[in-house]
Amino acid sequence: MSDIVEKTLTALPGLFLQNQLGGGPAAAKASFSSRLGSLVRGITALTSKHEEEKLIQQELSSLKATVSAPTTTLKMMKECMVRLIYCEMLGYDASFGYIHAIKLAQQGNLLEKRVGYLAVSLFLHESHELLLLLVNTVVKDLQSTNLVEVCMALTVVSQIFPREMIPAVLPLIEDKLQHSKEIIRRKAVLALYKFHLIAPNQVQHIHIKFRKALCDRDVGVMAASLHIYLRMIKENSSGYKDLTGSFVTILKQVVGGKLPVDFNYHSVPAPWLQIQLLRILGLLGKDDQRTSELMYDVLDESLRRAELNHNVTYAILFECVHTVYSIYPKSELLEKAAKCIGKFVLSPKINLKYLGLKALTYVIQQDPTLALQHQMTIIECLDHPDPIIKRETLELLYRITNAQNVTVIVQKMLEYLHQSKEEYVIVNLVGKIAELAEKYAPDNAWFIQTMNAVFSVGGDVMHPDIPNNFLRLLAEGFDDETEDQQLRLYAVQSYLTLLDMENVFYPQRFLQVMSWVLGEYSYLLDKETPAEVIAKLYKLLMNDSVSSETKTWLIAAVTKLTPQAHSSDTVERLIHEFTISLDTCMRQHAFELKHLHENVELMKSLLPVDRSCEDLAVDASLSFLDGFVAEGLSQGAAPYKPHHQRQEEKLSQEKVLNFEPYGLSFSSSGFTGRQSPAGISLGSDISGNSAETGLKETNSLKLEGIKKLWGKEGYLPKKESKTGNESGALPIPQESIMENVDQAITKKDQSQVLTQSKEEKEKQLLASSLFVGLGSESTVNLVTEQPGCCLPIMEAESTKSFQYSVQIEEPFTEGILSGFISYHMMDTHSAQLEFSVNLSLLDFIRPLKISSEDFGKLWLSFANDVKQNVKMSESQAALPSALKTLQQKLRLHIIEIIGNEGLLACQLLPSIPCLLHCRVYADVLALWFRSSCSTLPDYLLYQCQKVMEGS
Amino acid sequence: MQFMLLFSRQGKLRLQKWYVPLSDKEKKKITRELVQTVLARKPKMCSFLEWRDLKIVYKRYASLYFCCAIEDQDNELITLEIIHRYVELLDKYFGSVCELDIIFNFEKAYFILDEFLLGGEVQETSKKNVLKAIEQADLLQEKTEYHSKSFIGFKKAY
Repeated sequence: MSDIVEKTLTALPGLFLQNQLGGGPAAAKASFSSRLGSLVRGITALTSKHEEEKLIQQELSSLKATVSAPTTTLKMMKECMVRLIYCEMLGYDASFGYIHAIKLAQQGNLLEKRVGYLAVSLFLHESHELLLLLVNTVVKDLQSTNLVEVCMALTVVSQIFPREMIPAVLPLIEDKLQHSKEIIRRKAVLALYKFHLIAPNQVQHIHIKFRKALCDRDVGVMAASLHIYLRMIKENSSGYKDLTGSFVTILKQVVGGKLPVDFNYHSVPAPWLQIQLLRILGLLGKDDQRTSELMYDVLDESLRRAELNHNVTYAILFECVHTVYSIYPKSELLEKAAKCIGKFVLSPKINLKYLGLKALTYVIQQDPTLALQHQMTIIECLDHPDPIIKRETLELLYRITNAQNVTVIVQKMLEYLHQSKEEYVIVNLVGKIAELAEKYAPDNAWFIQTMNAVFSVGGDVMHPDIPNNFLRLLAEGFDDETEDQQLRLYAVQSYLTLLDMENVFYPQRFLQVMSWVLGEYSYLLDKETPAEVIAKLYKLLMNDSVSSETKTWLIAAVTKLTPQAHSSDTVERLIHEFTISLDTCMRQHAFELKHLHENVELMKSLLPVDRSCEDLAVDASLSFLDGFVAEGLSQGAAPYKPHHQRQEEKLSQEKVLNFEPYGLSFSSSGFTGRQSPAGISLGSDISGNSAETGLKETNSLKLEGIKKLWGKEGYLPKKESKTGNESGALPIPQESIMENVDQAITKKDQSQVLTQSKEEKEKQLLASSLFVGLGSESTVNLVTEQPGCCLPIMEAESTKSFQYSVQIEEPFTEGILSGFISYHMMDTHSAQLEFSVNLSLLDFIRPLKISSEDFGKLWLSFANDVKQNVKMSESQAALPSALKTLQQKLRLHIIEIIGNEGLLACQLLPSIPCLLHCRVYADVLALWFRSSCSTLPDYLLYQCQKVMEGS
Repeated sequence: MQFMLLFSRQGKLRLQKWYVPLSDKEKKKITRELVQTVLARKPKMCSFLEWRDLKIVYKRYASLYFCCAIEDQDNELITLEIIHRYVELLDKYFGSVCELDIIFNFEKAYFILDEFLLGGEVQETSKKNVLKAIEQADLLQEKTEYHSKSFIGFKKAY
């Protein structure tokens, strides 16, 4: 019954529309009988979104009834599936049909299976649970004698396959690499490529087979294997240098037109293959002269051959230029590549122009003169109607910025910024402007105004580093004290002017920056008394659009200014207002202010003027409590045991056999109470902000680095060189640059200038102000290490040796690795051999050899720390001998010993670093661990205690 | 390649292929944003877009927009040629293809795409080979259909 209803319903729109759409040659092409056809026509005829929704919902409910009806044949099911795909494409949920798609792939004949597989690949994603049900079907089809079935199975595997089920199909797919049909071999290679992407260690053992695929007699199979190689070489280029010769030979053959004509594309031989090979060569030849030398010839030939005027040759040329500039340089090739870039940049076709700019951006650091050659084109592109071109031009200019052209470039960037609405663009651009402003600011006024623009536009989406760095720069200053004071004074004045404006709203982050600066540096003002500043801050505090986080910043600023103010009406009003605030944080700050306010002398000594950069001695080991502790101990109190030790003891009492304490969970929140030194020092400086730092670590301003840790030299990296740059740059006003340049041009080429129109001349001027002082940039390479682990799949054979590597996911004290080997004797039943190995955390600890400077950097970046005092035995009372013990027993690397302090570092394999800072007082060793892993410090501390007490 | 979208001048999605795992919600959001952005571009503008951290390469063929998302280091021009080769394949298969062919036979368009691009990478660039693979599958299907039909006929007659 429902079936009939459903049929009439779906047929309705079709019947309805046959008259309207009947004519037309295009409509005639579509099959009228198909229900998809009528559905599509039904939808195209509708005028409103609402009608469409109604129709699709009808369609879906009828489909739902059909697919679950037992009478539905597979052929009908196939038809339903197509309609379901269509509904999903329109954005409606058809998840009820997913299971039927899997069934169709499983049970249907070829025609139906094909649609079933297609539906599965469109409906499901890699980690969808239903995907597991497909595995059996795939295995069956991979074993089929029908080529089409095998192809379908391989196609679906290459698109989506559950990672954990790879072992089930891997041997079958490996077999297919030897298949007689090239299409099967090709698809098998691509399936393995997919596996390499989602689970690289599962296919590690078949690398040798990839090499066979690379040498396959069929071009398609070979080309498919390049996808895998490109990926693997990207990850680790040094492992594949020996293949350079092969890649060069293949490219030579392709460029020389040795491939079958089938692979030509618009009479260019196998462009996709060429590009893939060029990319691989670029990666292999990077920073490697010997390897690069092998490819110079073929690159030269590629550049020479690509002369046809078709888009695809430009694609190859572009890649070739990229490769030439990536590998070890050869001047002859660079010259040719530079010419090619010229072809792109000067092309009237906009796509090519864009790529020309992109290429210039890429090569500009190696060859800044190239930008000079094309300066007029670049200037034109700056005012291009297409924003994409403009943006790429700005990217290029960003790379060539220096102290002389910074004002012009930043101005252009700000212009673009004001027109952008997309958040991604804003965040990106704001970061670049802030960076350039910090590096190359010509004078105070310009710097503060540019940063004002950055904060107003970038506001709450920009990277938190920007305000942090800005405040640090302001606080630390440069070498020249009067210059610093002028900068601060300018900032204060500019913020007061901004706050005076009516009906202007500033982003919260900007307000926070303002309140910190006003709180710290308002004392520099002559005219305005602190009371007036407080009044302005108070006005903001009463504003509803200001967030409660910002309000704590404001209150902190008021607190700092209070001891400087003579009259305190506003402060009293504020205390009165906020001691009854519903926001507990605000209330706390208000009470703090209230109590401090009662003792002005104390307040003055607590909040001195301009002391934000001074070192505060942070007693990390809480030694001031030593007397209290000693007293407690003498009165019979139990000695303190750290959290993990207590947990462990508790566990060992409960269960004797628990070796792996999975139950332990050291939540990181447990450690936030003991904050980083930056947090502590900030807190003791401005009580208003400390709570906020703890509460909202991610989006509040962390002034880390203002304090030097431990008050000793050498731990922290020296101040960045940018400080030097900036103070070195002469504060020449922009106009004078223009004038100078103008004169230079006039002298150099007078006749040309005379014939130029005014507009041309303006462009020239802009160009000369943009491209001054090129050629001082340098590149920095960052090397990152990749953790890896290898777990080969076991196969049954007569004799074989296996190597497994064990990796720990969570730190633990002790664990057991156990397993068994079961085997069949010739005549008897099966037997089992069991084995087990005891592993301790120390088995996975290795020394970490870093410099003190890196230590300082890492230390700041780690959030998890643990501190503990350990009593040393007589034998190791001196620091060096104690550290020696740690080095020997725990494999910690001693970085440096300075006086009574020591720095050590180690890593938990594969790559979790842990840092240790030690300090000796009498016979007490204060240990302070920090790591990126939340639990590792606890476990290491435990080991340290064991070692120190044991010996 | 991260994904490929085909949509009409009116902004109706005609084909979508995602090569990276994304939630349905994200897919819808991306599609909506991209269709809007691309349709707002003027005809003389360049075929590339920077969008979030991806590069979008798009091209219009008659009433249909073909739109691919690639990573920043990928080659934009060759991606344009990928689009073009796909159009050529569709054209050859359907015989001067039009938007309606793709609307009414979108599963066929998907089959062709899967033979050409697999898992986001170019699988086969030879036009002949791609079409051969499709025809092979089509042909086998017809055969099975034919067989089952004749079998039924045979049974009845018996």
